[in-house]
Amino acid sequence: MNITAGEGAWQLPSRGRVGMICLIIAESAIFTIFIAAYVFYIGKSLSGPTPREVLRVPIVGTICLLSSSLTMHWAIAALRRGSTGAFRLFWFLTLALGAIFIAGTMVEWRHLIYQDGFTIQTNLFGTTYYSLVGLHASHVIVGLIGLTIVMVLALLGKVRREHGERCEVFSLYWHFVDAVWVVVFTTVYLVGR
Amino acid sequence: MLSVFIASAAPSAWAATSNPTSPTNIFAPDSTPAHSIFRLSLFEFEILGAIFIVVFSLLAYAVIRFRERKQESESEPPQIYGSNQMELAWTVLPVLIVVVLFLSAAQVIHRVQDAREPEGTIEVTAVAHQFWWEYRYPQLGFITSNELHVPVSDPTRPTPTFIHLLSADVDHSFWVPRLAGKTDLIPNHPNNMWIDPHETGLFLGQCAQYCGTQHAKMLLRVYVETREDFDRWVHSQQQQASANPAAAVGSALFVSKACFVCHTIRGTMAAGQAGPDLTHLMSRDTLGSGAVPNTPENLRQWVHNPDTFKPGTLMPASDLTEEELKQIVDYLVTLN
Amino acid sequence: MASETLPLTIHKNPLAVVYEWLGTGDHKKIGLMYIVYALLFFVVTGIEAVLMRIQLAHANATFLSPQLFNRLFTLHGTTGVFFVAMPILFGFGNYLVPLMIGARDMAYPRLNAFAFWMTAFGGLLLYASFFAGNSVAQGGIAPDVGWFAYAPLTAPAFSPGHSTDYWNLSLLLAGVGSISGGINFVATILSMRCPGMTLGKMPLLAWMNLVMGGLVLVTISPLTAAQVMLLVDRYLGAHFFDTQAGGSVVMWMHFFWIFGHPEVYVLIIPCFAFISEIIPVFSRKAIFGYPAMVAATTSIGFVSLGVWAHHMFTVGMPSYGNAFFVLTTMVVAVPTGIKIFNWLATLWGGRIRFATPMLFAVGFLFQFLIGGLTGIMLATAPLDWQLGNSYFVVAHFHYIIVGAILFSIFGAFYYWFPKMTGRMLDETLGKWHFWIFVIGFHLTFDFLHIPGLLGMPRRVYTYEAGRGWESWNMIASIGVIFQGVAVLIFVYNLIRSYLKGAPAGNDPWDAWTLEWATTSPPPEYNFAVVPAVHSRRPLWDIKHPDDPDSKYE
Repeated sequence: MNITAGEGAWQLPSRGRVGMICLIIAESAIFTIFIAAYVFYIGKSLSGPTPREVLRVPIVGTICLLSSSLTMHWAIAALRRGSTGAFRLFWFLTLALGAIFIAGTMVEWRHLIYQDGFTIQTNLFGTTYYSLVGLHASHVIVGLIGLTIVMVLALLGKVRREHGERCEVFSLYWHFVDAVWVVVFTTVYLVGR
Repeated sequence: MLSVFIASAAPSAWAATSNPTSPTNIFAPDSTPAHSIFRLSLFEFEILGAIFIVVFSLLAYAVIRFRERKQESESEPPQIYGSNQMELAWTVLPVLIVVVLFLSAAQVIHRVQDAREPEGTIEVTAVAHQFWWEYRYPQLGFITSNELHVPVSDPTRPTPTFIHLLSADVDHSFWVPRLAGKTDLIPNHPNNMWIDPHETGLFLGQCAQYCGTQHAKMLLRVYVETREDFDRWVHSQQQQASANPAAAVGSALFVSKACFVCHTIRGTMAAGQAGPDLTHLMSRDTLGSGAVPNTPENLRQWVHNPDTFKPGTLMPASDLTEEELKQIVDYLVTLN
Repeated sequence: MASETLPLTIHKNPLAVVYEWLGTGDHKKIGLMYIVYALLFFVVTGIEAVLMRIQLAHANATFLSPQLFNRLFTLHGTTGVFFVAMPILFGFGNYLVPLMIGARDMAYPRLNAFAFWMTAFGGLLLYASFFAGNSVAQGGIAPDVGWFAYAPLTAPAFSPGHSTDYWNLSLLLAGVGSISGGINFVATILSMRCPGMTLGKMPLLAWMNLVMGGLVLVTISPLTAAQVMLLVDRYLGAHFFDTQAGGSVVMWMHFFWIFGHPEVYVLIIPCFAFISEIIPVFSRKAIFGYPAMVAATTSIGFVSLGVWAHHMFTVGMPSYGNAFFVLTTMVVAVPTGIKIFNWLATLWGGRIRFATPMLFAVGFLFQFLIGGLTGIMLATAPLDWQLGNSYFVVAHFHYIIVGAILFSIFGAFYYWFPKMTGRMLDETLGKWHFWIFVIGFHLTFDFLHIPGLLGMPRRVYTYEAGRGWESWNMIASIGVIFQGVAVLIFVYNLIRSYLKGAPAGNDPWDAWTLEWATTSPPPEYNFAVVPAVHSRRPLWDIKHPDDPDSKYE
């Protein structure tokens, strides 16, 4: 959104972008604190299972989530071009890949809780693991809700080329969620194990 | 307004005598950590005092000299937008002051925190509870409560007391201003501090980290004694509780009622850990960690209902009959 | 555009007026709601302080029970920071920023309303705790864990019942409101400036609210994170701060102070903004060293993120850890000092008019200087080992919060009330307010340093006689009477002037920034035509066409 006055083009950053970046900064700070707690408590549990004993690396979910950033990028590019058909396809793929990721997390947690008896109460590892991964998952779910709303609107034919900027602002959120997963994945499944 | 700075001079003058007006005056240090802090504070007061005088004078001058006067015309004064030289000057000078202050602070931090234990050090473990202090003397083999006794330390051949700080529940802080700065007692986070008092006497302080309802009355009493007096005190604390036949009824009651669940009296069956060790209760000057003087009447009231003196303390009121109460107190007063 | 316009009196249906205010996204109305809300809680905080000072005037007093006293100081601190200072500064910022940058509203009007109502509900939730227990007279089940709610005092074992949860949840709500406000300030200032107003030409108030907004994003969020951790500890059996499971309560302290220290800069930076607008206008000179002021404020924002553990010098960090935080804390004093010098240089050579806003600004300078110097004492870790957690600290931070922050807020009231209401505040009452408050402030907070120097810790519902603390406590308590009287005069002035004050006109102070180009109060749309500016003082350029600022910038 540009504001122009009579004296030549007066360019200011778009408020949608600035606002979303600010939200991302605030959320990053929250995640940083949870990561700090996770890292600090590595190896400090007094009892109970260690990460190595119970964690299985969610390769499939991770590939899905990171690919969804790519499909999101393609969706926005398509919308900017005016190809609403391609936009709908890629947007749907993004939504589906994100949903697979969450489903994977749910399956993993089900196994941990009911098979391994490992919960948020079990020990420090349980506390930090479920909090951190859960915090991320909740952000993915919020993203999925947003994706669904736009999907419905797109299927109703209400999302057009002029909405490209808004969808791109939303996509910043989705890319952020993916980037956080890279950090969480590294911390929990690589460093912490 | 200058009272902050004037007040610092006054206590320093007090400190010149060894009779401070306040028993908890940080400007009347009597132990090396407190002395180091005191000297640093004087140095810092001088620097900060100078800064204050300079800046305040400029401010006072400006508001007087540049006041709008009636006879001046309506025109605006010359507009000065800035000066790079001034900005540089009043950046560089403060940075230099910061470097000086930082280095002097770092020196004292190192001297106090990284000190080594010389030979002859007394080791005490202080365990903070809501709202009392437990003192363990591991080398000497006993546990006591609420009064910390240490030997006086000769500056030429120091015999400091190193205190290992633990907590049984929430955060507390050990602050006896004339002996040292405060250090916190935090559960699952052991700390250490040391004191080497140069004069005998009673040094007062209190818990300095809000720990609940009776934080205000979690008082500290540190008795600094000559070597002989300290050894005599240690010896008597090491004994088990005297068994006085006249107080046998009370003694039996103590271990049949709830008392023994929380309290220890060495030499009896009472081995509770939740409350203060009472083996030598009558050797102490106060009850309730400084809440009231230790007299039989106060003791009786305390046992009956501690809330009268220290509302919110964790010891519950007793459900003893008048007779039982008298017998227990008669027993307790024999615990010298 | 008429230059003398009083608010039109249209007789509207009262319900319609209420509905309009409840649902508004207009930054001016939201700003006023924030300010009024904060003023109400200011009175509440003051009453809490009065009660505590009565209890502490004598040793071993029995006016308040320990339980009630502990609830009062918890509420006083929590309310003061989150439901007085934050809202009032957000209120002034909301009102002024769009006007000063030539915009018609904030970037996100609905988010703005959301932020206000979240904060408002948070405050109400906190005080609901008073009425939720058995006895209002004993403080109900208001939280009693101190405003920093250290673990493990907040664990279910040591805080049974829900009092801690009121603290936790009300601040979670308010925190969401604050972060939303921060987003709005940054987006507005970056994306809504009028043509010609580059970042280098916007008023210092806009710069400072930009820094404040950005700081809020990374300051409040750590507290939100820690509070979520506390919530799952208390309700899901998690062990973040559970020492029995190997958890660390020092970690709570780190997270809290990673929030808590930058938070005080969130509070003071908008006050720097008020002073940076008031001093130039009443000295009749441009601010000295605008670029240096911007650089100093921005660096304060950044450095403030690295000083937090100076609140933890006594918890047993290793010596190099303590030394590091001594260094960073002292470093932040350098840009702060630079600002004081620039304000002094603005006064220097000016033609100073001592209207009430300027009285408060000079009071600010004097008191901020002293508070800053006692801050350096506390930054010196060994001195903090004695003075930390004592009344010296209480005196220090009240010197800043009352002596600097509140004084600048009073100044802002006298300066901008005419713009907001179209009427001047009474100057005579203003002077009475100032002088009586100054006397009370110094009686209380100067002398409160001394018990700290003599060993009195904070958060004590009573204290022992014979430690030399009584007379100073008595004097401090007497000072409260003067402050109370002064605040009553102020409130009377506000109400009376709103109803019968002299008409203000657009620009009663002969000032230079864009808000003074609108009517008083401004129309809902602020500017009929979006202005274009060429310098930092657009109205100076208009009033001095022969000597515009743009020639020199």
